[in-house]
Amino acid sequence: MGKNIEKNKMNIGTLIGEYGAFIALVLLVVVISCVSPEFRTGSNFLNLLRQASFNGLIAFGMTCVILSDGIDLSVGSTFALSAIICAELMIHGTPAAVAILVALLAGTALGMISGVLVTKGRLQPFIATLITMTAYRGLALIITDGKPVSRLAASVKSASGAFLFKVLGKGNFVFGPNDAISVPIPAIILVVLLLVFYFVLHHTTFGRRIYATGSNEKCAKLVGVNTTKIKIAVYSISGFMSALAGLIMISRVDSAQPTLGEGYELDAIAAVALGGTSMSGGRGKIVGTLAGVLIIAVLNNGLNILGVSTYYQEVIKAVVILVAVLSDRKR
Amino acid sequence: MNIEMKGINKSFGSNQVLKDAGFLLKDGEVHALMGENGAGKSTLMKILTGVYKKDSGTIKIDGKEVHFKSPQEAEKAGIVFIYQELNVLFDLTVEENLFMGKEITKHFGICDKKAMRAKAKEVMDKMGVEIPVDAVMSDLSVGQQQMVEICKALMVDAKVLIMDEPTAALTERETESLFEVMKALRKKGVSIVYISHRMEEIFELCDRITILRDGSYIGTEKISDIDMDGVVRMMIGREIGERFPKRESKIGDVVLKVDGLTKDKLFHDVSFEVRAGEVLGVAGLMGAGRTEIMRSIFGCIPKDHGSIYIDGEKVRIKSPEQAIKAGIGFITEDRKTEGLLLEKSIADNIEIANLKSVSKKGVLSKKKEKDLVNKEIEEFKIKCFGAWHECNNLSGGNQQKVVLAKWIATNPKILILDEPTRGVDIGAKKEIYNVINQMASMGVAVIMVSSELPEVLGMSDRIMVVREGEVRGILDGKEADQEKIMTLATGGTL
Repeated sequence: MGKNIEKNKMNIGTLIGEYGAFIALVLLVVVISCVSPEFRTGSNFLNLLRQASFNGLIAFGMTCVILSDGIDLSVGSTFALSAIICAELMIHGTPAAVAILVALLAGTALGMISGVLVTKGRLQPFIATLITMTAYRGLALIITDGKPVSRLAASVKSASGAFLFKVLGKGNFVFGPNDAISVPIPAIILVVLLLVFYFVLHHTTFGRRIYATGSNEKCAKLVGVNTTKIKIAVYSISGFMSALAGLIMISRVDSAQPTLGEGYELDAIAAVALGGTSMSGGRGKIVGTLAGVLIIAVLNNGLNILGVSTYYQEVIKAVVILVAVLSDRKR
Repeated sequence: MNIEMKGINKSFGSNQVLKDAGFLLKDGEVHALMGENGAGKSTLMKILTGVYKKDSGTIKIDGKEVHFKSPQEAEKAGIVFIYQELNVLFDLTVEENLFMGKEITKHFGICDKKAMRAKAKEVMDKMGVEIPVDAVMSDLSVGQQQMVEICKALMVDAKVLIMDEPTAALTERETESLFEVMKALRKKGVSIVYISHRMEEIFELCDRITILRDGSYIGTEKISDIDMDGVVRMMIGREIGERFPKRESKIGDVVLKVDGLTKDKLFHDVSFEVRAGEVLGVAGLMGAGRTEIMRSIFGCIPKDHGSIYIDGEKVRIKSPEQAIKAGIGFITEDRKTEGLLLEKSIADNIEIANLKSVSKKGVLSKKKEKDLVNKEIEEFKIKCFGAWHECNNLSGGNQQKVVLAKWIATNPKILILDEPTRGVDIGAKKEIYNVINQMASMGVAVIMVSSELPEVLGMSDRIMVVREGEVRGILDGKEADQEKIMTLATGGTL
């Protein structure tokens, strides 16, 4: 009996702890919906999901890195450099599918370099990715000579290639009677990847090894986990996700600027922290990160609709993050 | 200083850890506090020094009731607690550690380095230790770090010293000099509360002994009125039988052969064999290089020369990953920093070493996971609320059982145990001995590194003695005794 009581108690505690970010999200949505009729429309929610997808994809990769007791500051620069690579290839006549593939591989490789610096180079993750962040931004500026690369879709010769490129950021999945419901493709990509990350982190040996590496690297090594491989892998994943987000962005705006994604690393880290993942690794959940991403998106979107000045928006965001993280710490 | 603790109750959540516990300390005595892990010794002392708040009960010092709200208040009253887990700042120097928070200053808060050095030197001389005061803590051995901690306590004029397992990481010589200091302090009227699992030390050093069991006060005896069996009976409330369970050794072929293993500055030309079903004890002083040899075999320390053969075949082991593939299991001496994912569950800890067997092509099978973990929890009698129980909240003995369980589930051919019973109580110790015996009788080659000589003598078929990185001799278990081992370990010849 005693044991059962103990277990139930703990479950209620962990329930609140685990879904704290979701509770905050729901509260936020309800409050803003009450004040603003514009906010609570279906089309605005879908739009919000599209806006959330960039940060969401990056934050998923960031979650893996932070779970392994690392940090990736280079995501914003990787986002830009991969996008620039894709754009340059396309305006020089490379088929869209090839350009997209190359950009995704490039993003993965850029992440891998951070991972190698952290493991083989024995640099602290903060320093290693500060270096790659600076270097990649510089490369993006050098390649473009600091100028935007625009009119991307028009430069693609084949109709199918142009469609593929456009659908990534602008497309909608339309269904229902009279095509009443249309869900943005980026939102669908976000949900699919959420499922993939959930599966990998909680149902595969690879996921376990990420948690073990972040929880106690020495111990993980001694039970045969190749922590070097794991770390290189999580930075590569982070690079891939940043590149994917970058491609969606340039598809949406039809041009690529070398300054894309500046400051995105901070939004991604904030989302991970909001979602309850421990900054020292080993603890956290991908669904928490999703909640964190949505909280930030709802704040951005809602405060804009309410006409709050952007200066105040920053302060309000800071307060929300502070409150969320503090309430998380108490448990 | 007389301390009287009476009717102390304390609960953490729904878990009552102290029930009507008590303790009486007299002026100038060394008083042993004993009990199994989880009996409440440390908790009781933490309540005395204001780390925890008691739920009820009284604490009187020299007849006056006191309520310390923090360890600092207790320290002002002259009560100093030296914790089992070292409380040092690893990046700072010895001197900075000694004077942290109580620096000697000249005007305007400028540190008086000269005065601090002189004082530090004085205290260390009194202790008979030689540690340079400007050495960085992380460069010192664990034993040296412990000595610095003790010096720190001696710098405030303590009237009562509480020591929680102070000798667990000390060398023989350091232990001796610590005992000298303790005896000198006793003469000056300082009272010492001594928490330890080492019976021999308690009978050598202490005047009286108080025993706790399951959070309750069991009794206080003069050390001259009681023997080891009596103490054990009071601690566990029943007869435990023999300290070291017997085993029928069925010794088979050579499984592990180490030939000329050398690593510059750590160990030199180490050769030995272990057979199936055999327990090889490895004895030596702290810092003799035993742990380093084992870590090298397991692929953590790259060797300079030498070869390792398993089942007669030469193997190349460059990482723990390869060692595990070759059939070696390694239980490290430091279970908190290396043995366990402390903040993770029992299930996570057991599975992480056995991911292959609970998954198919990298995808985990919930059923296999559950089966494996439940089997191990049952087999090792791990006391917990369930497989999800966080390892942080387990007692030392149960933590060690989790470590054993995770390795034994990998079905190793060779099992290396480095100090497997450190900080583990008598009941759990015996269970660990039983596991070792069971492994040996299943034909596993077992290597047990231990600094507790009775344990080495009681458990081993053969005993290898290491001194300064060299094998000084391998004794037959039946012929070995403490004297022979110590002679070899300190550089003598038989």
